[in-house]
Amino acid sequence: MTLAATAPARHPALDFWFRFARNRGAVFGLLVLLVVIAVAVFANVMFPDSPWKMVQRPFLEPFQVEGLPLGTDTLGRNVAAGLAYGARVSLVVGLISTLFSLAIGVPLGAAAGYYGGLVDDILMRITEFFQTIPSFALAIVLVAIFQPSLSSIVAAIAIVSWPPVARLVRAEVMSLKSREFVEAARLAGLSHLHILTRQILPNAMSPIIVMASLMVATAILLESSLSFLGLGDPNIMSWGYMIGAARTVIRNAWWLSFFPGVCILVTVLALNLIGEGLNDALNPRLARKGR
Amino acid sequence: MSVLSVEHLTIGLPKGADRRHAVKDVSFTIEAGEILCVVGESGSGKSMAANAVMGLLPDLVAVENGRAMFDGKDLFALPERARQALRGDRIAMIFQEPMTALNPLMRIGDQIAEVYDAHGALTPRQRRAKAVALATEVGLPDPEAIVRAYPFQLSGGQRQRAMIAMALALEPDLLIADEPTTALDVTTQAQILSLINDLQRRHGMAVMFITHDFGVVAEIATRVIVMRYGEIVEAGDAATVLNAPRHDYTKRLLEAVPSDVVPAAAAPRETPMLAVDGLTKTFGGKRSLFAKRRVVKAVDDVSFTIAKGEILGLVGESGSGKSTVGRSIVRLVEPDGGSITIDGQEITTLDAAGLRKARRRAQMVFQDPYASLNPRTRVAAAITQGPVAMGTPRKEALADARRLLETVGLDASAADRYPHEFSGGQRQRIGIARALAMRPELIIADEAVSALDVSIQAQILDLLRDLRERFGLSILFITHDLRVAAQLCDRIAVMQQGKLVEMGPAEEVFLRPQDPYTQRLLAAVPGARWSGAATTAASA
Repeated sequence: MTLAATAPARHPALDFWFRFARNRGAVFGLLVLLVVIAVAVFANVMFPDSPWKMVQRPFLEPFQVEGLPLGTDTLGRNVAAGLAYGARVSLVVGLISTLFSLAIGVPLGAAAGYYGGLVDDILMRITEFFQTIPSFALAIVLVAIFQPSLSSIVAAIAIVSWPPVARLVRAEVMSLKSREFVEAARLAGLSHLHILTRQILPNAMSPIIVMASLMVATAILLESSLSFLGLGDPNIMSWGYMIGAARTVIRNAWWLSFFPGVCILVTVLALNLIGEGLNDALNPRLARKGR
Repeated sequence: MSVLSVEHLTIGLPKGADRRHAVKDVSFTIEAGEILCVVGESGSGKSMAANAVMGLLPDLVAVENGRAMFDGKDLFALPERARQALRGDRIAMIFQEPMTALNPLMRIGDQIAEVYDAHGALTPRQRRAKAVALATEVGLPDPEAIVRAYPFQLSGGQRQRAMIAMALALEPDLLIADEPTTALDVTTQAQILSLINDLQRRHGMAVMFITHDFGVVAEIATRVIVMRYGEIVEAGDAATVLNAPRHDYTKRLLEAVPSDVVPAAAAPRETPMLAVDGLTKTFGGKRSLFAKRRVVKAVDDVSFTIAKGEILGLVGESGSGKSTVGRSIVRLVEPDGGSITIDGQEITTLDAAGLRKARRRAQMVFQDPYASLNPRTRVAAAITQGPVAMGTPRKEALADARRLLETVGLDASAADRYPHEFSGGQRQRIGIARALAMRPELIIADEAVSALDVSIQAQILDLLRDLRERFGLSILFITHDLRVAAQLCDRIAVMQQGKLVEMGPAEEVFLRPQDPYTQRLLAAVPGARWSGAATTAASA
């Protein structure tokens, strides 16, 4: 006998929010992310000038001149403006590349898990081919081949991050496809595609969503690393680029690499906290105890 | 003096549960050398009461009131360390699922020895010797070898014996057994019950035995308490409660137990609806470089027919191949050989498109009411998906679904709700409505009532009987429980290790079994003597 798990008569969305909100860290992460999103959206309102424009003398320390709270960089550009515009790049890259890798990984994993046999063998060998190459090295090669640009960076990140998605979806589908409700659907004469998309995948959504939230964080890190190495889009101000450009002067102008670094840290941390909160909310059985 | 005396035990449930208290003001005592059976349906709080005594309540559930006096001390007032020392030493517990209760990566002997280790008793050499001695005592075959085996190498019954050996290791005064035979086959169950009975007598232990099955109660109980919604509704000597129950609820439970009285079979019908001829299915693992191919003949040359409007019971223990037969008929499993015809149409050779059409005529009702409905689709969608895929306009299918829900005894408004809002029995009704929506001529019910409480079980059997009358359905009723089959079926076929060993009218098979295996099955049914006695008494 187990505890009767009768759900309280509440709207499911509201119920979801309560479970999510039980994890304080996740709520904090969500707040931070909302701030970052707001900054990214209103970057051109807060800083109407281009972040590339010289506004003062170079190497101006933080809080020295009014209107330039974070000082200026090696070429006299406003660091705060750079951070705001950089938030745009980070979020856009993180989000779009994650969507693309889901678009590759989910269908492949679902097909491999559902059809099994030869289809599974072929798809999994392809997946393993991508997994055997260190992802960051592959990303560098891809960006170098396609010329650094926003779209090539997004493509490169998507290409190196889909294999774990495919593996996760495959495992979920394999365990779901032998469930009785799926067999009932087969007996009802539903087509394979219908069973896969309507019966199985909705039940596999929870782990996919959790994984996606963590992948956004990884993608932001990847983009920063690429930009740091000078492989970012040369026309776009990004956090990684700012750190990379300031690394030679880190001893006399610490703030140039410090603030973008903090931005990356806080954003990635926020996404990870959100991912954990989603995990608690979507898989209540697995939620850690003692909260 | 009582070994354990529980007084006014009240256990609170977290907010949002379906009732305030899991257990409310429950008092009972267990004397040394007696077996107290706690009987109740799921959700009655019987396991909660046992877990509270053991100190194993889930996180959000807590004892609100009451005492549990054991050896002059109140268990609920003891600090956790003291309770831990008692667990396994003075009070031991065995669980329902022997597979999950044993560590799969540890040898059986080591797991038994670990009990001594946890309580700092004996030297390692003595522990090993004791493990062998215990394995012998609980009747494990070849004890010297079996203590070196891993859990997966043991059968379900052997695992339960190993669990009992662990529980007995330190000669506890009180043994709590939580549905220890529910997951086992009847013949194994009978062996385990007699083992517990025997050990209890030899060691003079007190046993608190939790079960939902009155047959088991009749087999071993000294005293019985019956629980419902967390309260005790009746308590007394086993003989008194079983033969002269006072409370209405106990009476209803006892009535719902499948009896030995076999209802008159319906007149035989001529047109065969389903004909299975020489069906064979072999499961073989992949041939691998390193291991010899293991081949299991799941179904071995099985032939039978079901007439229109007939209910055939297919009875067997786990691993007998009975489910494989059912699943082969709708080709969820591809048979290796033999022919299956539904109303004259050969099923085994159909291509995907033909199969889709043919499946409409044969639908399945599944065992697990929780796994057989997609948690993310509304009941209406679950029922209409088949007809809509077959080309029925959605509106029509929906109206039909509402009618069907009423046919199976639910409210039409159930269509707009999600599966988790229903109880197990209600879900099973939805599963039946889903099968009916395809307007099938044949229904395969695979252990359709085994996961349900007895009183719900009886209702579902009534429903199946009623549907057979109304729609002229043929039903293949697959079950492990010979008595349930005898209640519902016109004819019964008994399977053992892939082969049909006996087939005949329900009355013949049930009352005058010919095959020795069927006879063993029947003899193993718990409480056989008691219900037999009840029948004779009723007819006299």
